[in-house]
Amino acid sequence: MLEIKNLHAGIDGKEILHGLDLHVGSGEVHAIMGPNGSGKSTLANVLAGRPRYHVTAGSVSYEGKDLLALPTEERAREGVFLAMQYPVEIPGVNNIYFLKAALNAVRKHHGEEELDAMEFLQLARQKMKLVELDEAFMNRAVNEGFSGGEKKRNEIFQMAVLDPKLAILDETDSGLDIDALRIVAGGVNALRSEKHSVLVITHYQRLLSYLVPDFVHVLANGRIVRSGGKELAEELEQKGYEWIEQEVAAGAR
Amino acid sequence: MNTATKPDTDVLQQIREQAGQRFEQLGWPTPRLEEWKYTNLQALQSRFDAGAFREAATPAASRSSASLPLRFGDRALGELVFVNGVFSPEASSLPSVAGLRVTTFRNASVDVLEEHFARYADYERHALVALNTANAQDGAVIEADAAIEGFVHVLFVGSDGFQSFPRNLIVAGRGSQLAVVESYAGTGAYFTNSVTEIVAEDGAVVDHYRLECESLEAFHVGTVQIHQGRSSSVSSRSFAVGGAVARNDTNAVLAAEGANLVLEGLFVTNGTQHIDNHTLIDHAVPHCESVELYKGILDGSSRGIFDGKIMVREGAQKTVSRQTNKNLLLSKTAVVDSKPTLEIFNDDVKCNHGSTIGQLEEEPLFYLRSRGIGQEEARNLLVYAFASELVDRIRIDAVREQIGRAMFQQMPGRLPDRRGEQR
Ligand SMILES: Nc1ncnc2c1ncn2[C@@H]1O[C@H](COP(=O)(O)OP(=O)(O)OP(=O)(O)O)[C@@H](O)[C@H]1O
Ligand SMILES: [Mg+2]
Repeated sequence: MLEIKNLHAGIDGKEILHGLDLHVGSGEVHAIMGPNGSGKSTLANVLAGRPRYHVTAGSVSYEGKDLLALPTEERAREGVFLAMQYPVEIPGVNNIYFLKAALNAVRKHHGEEELDAMEFLQLARQKMKLVELDEAFMNRAVNEGFSGGEKKRNEIFQMAVLDPKLAILDETDSGLDIDALRIVAGGVNALRSEKHSVLVITHYQRLLSYLVPDFVHVLANGRIVRSGGKELAEELEQKGYEWIEQEVAAGAR
Repeated sequence: MNTATKPDTDVLQQIREQAGQRFEQLGWPTPRLEEWKYTNLQALQSRFDAGAFREAATPAASRSSASLPLRFGDRALGELVFVNGVFSPEASSLPSVAGLRVTTFRNASVDVLEEHFARYADYERHALVALNTANAQDGAVIEADAAIEGFVHVLFVGSDGFQSFPRNLIVAGRGSQLAVVESYAGTGAYFTNSVTEIVAEDGAVVDHYRLECESLEAFHVGTVQIHQGRSSSVSSRSFAVGGAVARNDTNAVLAAEGANLVLEGLFVTNGTQHIDNHTLIDHAVPHCESVELYKGILDGSSRGIFDGKIMVREGAQKTVSRQTNKNLLLSKTAVVDSKPTLEIFNDDVKCNHGSTIGQLEEEPLFYLRSRGIGQEEARNLLVYAFASELVDRIRIDAVREQIGRAMFQQMPGRLPDRRGEQR
């Protein structure tokens, strides 16, 4: 489903990823962990096509297509979703209107009929329950005045409505209390299936006990330096990243 | 048909003559004047001098009322329609509401005109006010002496080859409440030179909306002059999208303590349009408050101007005033000039002002696109969002819908059908 090879990428002329390889199969949940500044968000943003991020070498193939050649909205319509680390506030753009426009753009892309206001509302209500978001939020401007936790739940709500094939969660768990964490994990678990893959970027084992990954990767200095099963996350939780960084440094010597 | 003569009592006739003489002395404003440095009326002046525009004697019979734009019909308490400056009784409906008197300038009582006409809009200083005052044909005279629910609509429709000099007077008596919508529209090349005087007496509440939606070939020079009594509360909201060259002046004098003013404006320009907005808020006495927000959206090779001055006079202690101008440039060839000015002559005040000029922001655009919304639609959504801040503040549903439609029609891309979905 997703095949990243030797990816070199960065922001504003500075290279952050120095040759990253990653394979995500259909239906798999991968966790990416790593110290601050190691390039986790860079990877997520490059996959979503955020402006100012650029790729200097390597390739990303998504369902056999060259993902990097697609404009941002095409990637989204093809099923790539990024739950952002810092969702932006957009005053004046109504949440429910925005999401309906998004869903219909995706549906149109797949030759499906657009949903009318009533049909959409029905779907939205159902997904709102899933993330326990109050309906009042839906009539507000996108993320405007939302608390940190509400913004994150809104990301998961959007994900639930858009039903992406590849969901990338960039620290969606940060700053959430345990209840909110359970809700967010529940939202993602509801999406899990043979056809849905998830890339979870996180610092904490916490989320991973609700959202159990098939693979865990450690990203350090712009590369995947270690991969393993869910035990790796537990090990990282206990020992931190230093030992891995030391091992990598030793190996490189 | 309305055959009443102009209200030419001696006093009024005297004012007209004085204004006419004053216009001769002042002449057409040129960019050498500070207040006109962004707007050159040369093209208008030469056409005017060559007699390119004529004055209408009767409302154009060809215009059936059904084809008139921007009508509110039953949703307004009353609607006065003027075609090329001439009152059209067939297209109009006068309200009959207790505490509300609505008539035309020509039919207005001499008393009210003598008391208020040309008392506020300064024809001594402003050439185009003088031109209007000398030539004023007709317009609405609206007086309230109670709290009126609903609103009165005054519509001026121009057509090719005409000039008109609409003149309105709005007087909200002590403790009354009144809402008035003033709109301008038309087709072809014509010239509108309007003046509206608004008096809010002690404790009165006035909501005034002005939609300048003239034809894209038209010239429009309009002045709104507001005079506020003690503890009066006035809002005047200007929405400007029309005209080849348009100049909109809104001036307010907070003349007695406790007066409160909200001045807002939204201008949307495209093509080679030129829309110049000037405001002057005169804090003449202590304990008054004014809040001003103007926004511009500029596309194509158009030009927009916001020039707003707040004057706090020596005796006007405890003045609170806030002035903001934000502009959104949608093309590389559009130009905006923003000139917010504070002139403060005492130090016991709370005043601030600021202005911004920018393009659409990258982050929100990316956010929308990352959910599957196309570049173009994402742009449009953000432009509407920028404009909506002002449109959404229109408190009367029918007015908000009408003005929203008129504004959004001029904006790039198609109009998203978003109105029904808000709450
Ligand atoms: N505009 C920029 N110009 C230069 N460097 C930048 C820019 N933005 C981010 N960086 C740097 O890129 C590096 C990688 O950032 P990235 O956001 O990918 O890290 P991260 O792994 O997500 O960290 P965190 O865990 O703190 O979210 C950091 O060192 C950061 O300082
Ligand atoms: Mg990050």
